[in-house]
Amino acid sequence: TLAERTNLAGVQHILLVLSGKGGVGKSTISTELALALRSAGKRVGILDVDLCGPSIPRMLRVQDSAVHQCDSGWVPVCVGQDKAIALMSIGFLLERPDDAVVWRGPKKNALIKQFVTDVAWGDLDFLIVDTPPGTSDEHISTVEALRPHQLLGAVLVTTPQ
Amino acid sequence: AEAAELRARLRAVRHTVLVLSGKGGVGKSTFSALLAHGLAADETKQVALLDIDICGPSIPKIMGLEGEQVHQSGSGWSPVYVEENLGVMSVGFLLSSPDDAVIWRGPKKNGLIKQFLRDVDWGEVDYLIVDTPPGTSDEHLSIVQYLGAARIDGAVIVTTPQEVSLQDVRKEINFCRKVKLPIIGVVENMSGFVCPKCKNESQIFPPTTGGAEKMCQNLNVSLLGKVPLDPQIGKSCDRGQSFLAEAPESPATLSYRNIIQRIQEYCEQHHFQEEKIM
Repeated sequence: TLAERTNLAGVQHILLVLSGKGGVGKSTISTELALALRSAGKRVGILDVDLCGPSIPRMLRVQDSAVHQCDSGWVPVCVGQDKAIALMSIGFLLERPDDAVVWRGPKKNALIKQFVTDVAWGDLDFLIVDTPPGTSDEHISTVEALRPHQLLGAVLVTTPQ
Repeated sequence: AEAAELRARLRAVRHTVLVLSGKGGVGKSTFSALLAHGLAADETKQVALLDIDICGPSIPKIMGLEGEQVHQSGSGWSPVYVEENLGVMSVGFLLSSPDDAVIWRGPKKNGLIKQFLRDVDWGEVDYLIVDTPPGTSDEHLSIVQYLGAARIDGAVIVTTPQEVSLQDVRKEINFCRKVKLPIIGVVENMSGFVCPKCKNESQIFPPTTGGAEKMCQNLNVSLLGKVPLDPQIGKSCDRGQSFLAEAPESPATLSYRNIIQRIQEYCEQHHFQEEKIM
């Protein structure tokens, strides 16, 4: 649709941060990568598709933020020292941070699709997509929803054992 | 009829413990394996370890059973036995190669979990331990649904000390409350590191918001214990050996054994209460 093409049309490179294994530092690396790219003068966005365990808002100290909508969709939360990194996470949609998102696959898929197509990212050099552990609904849906767009590739994170 | 089939299979199971987290990489599988080994040390007890982490099944490697296959018989699927009294089941045993990715959506994962519960011939079991993946999704909903919350003794929730873990674990605690799953207690893993050379203690994952202790106080759940970091734990897991057997003198072993004992006591008590009611 026209809206889909508009919302991600201004994004130059989309990068997925994956692992398979939990607790290896995906969200940490995603955050550090975004901050480093921002320091290097790039326009950066982060999409946190870990619906059950969204860590990015706390890592960027915006866990208490709310999100708003505009004509073209969700307005990402601006984070970082100069408020120049755009962040969207389900963490922002929870009424209370301790609320568990206890959803089965189909409901998760619907939200991910919305996150990918309905966020007004604007012009970005890099969109970093942080994922949960595993190879399931979130991963399949994210890759499917992003496929029509410029997918740069995936960075895989692990620990030594 | 399906529910009846599941109940029939599980009638021979005396105690069921779910090992949960919410957060990945905190040591659920490690703990599940050691709980199984610890309980099976009593040769009069029959222990079953069920791994429902479909995408990242760690139990086969940790139990030293990589490469094993599942055999079928008239009475169902046979678990893979580590000891005579310790049987294991995992999707890992169904893969042709350990690197094969299981890229399944929720419904397919639920189907396999149901099959594990319906078709695996565990026989008479004193303790069924269920290792779960991180999160609060299909696998967790399904296992509680298929087993029935009332038939599960309770959940052991594993965390590490830092707030990034605790924030996911609080969600898991709320999940348990939502589905009426009793919480046996919380285990704090990777809780400090004592250098074997200089004996100094370091907080590798500092408990910036009070760690599991504070969280348990706030949420009124039991803290079963804290387990320090010991590099031998990771090594034993990689080599498929029981850490408890390989490092009996480690402070981590002492912690694990205390925690296992508390879980055993909880289960015995729970069973006793049930019998009283009946």
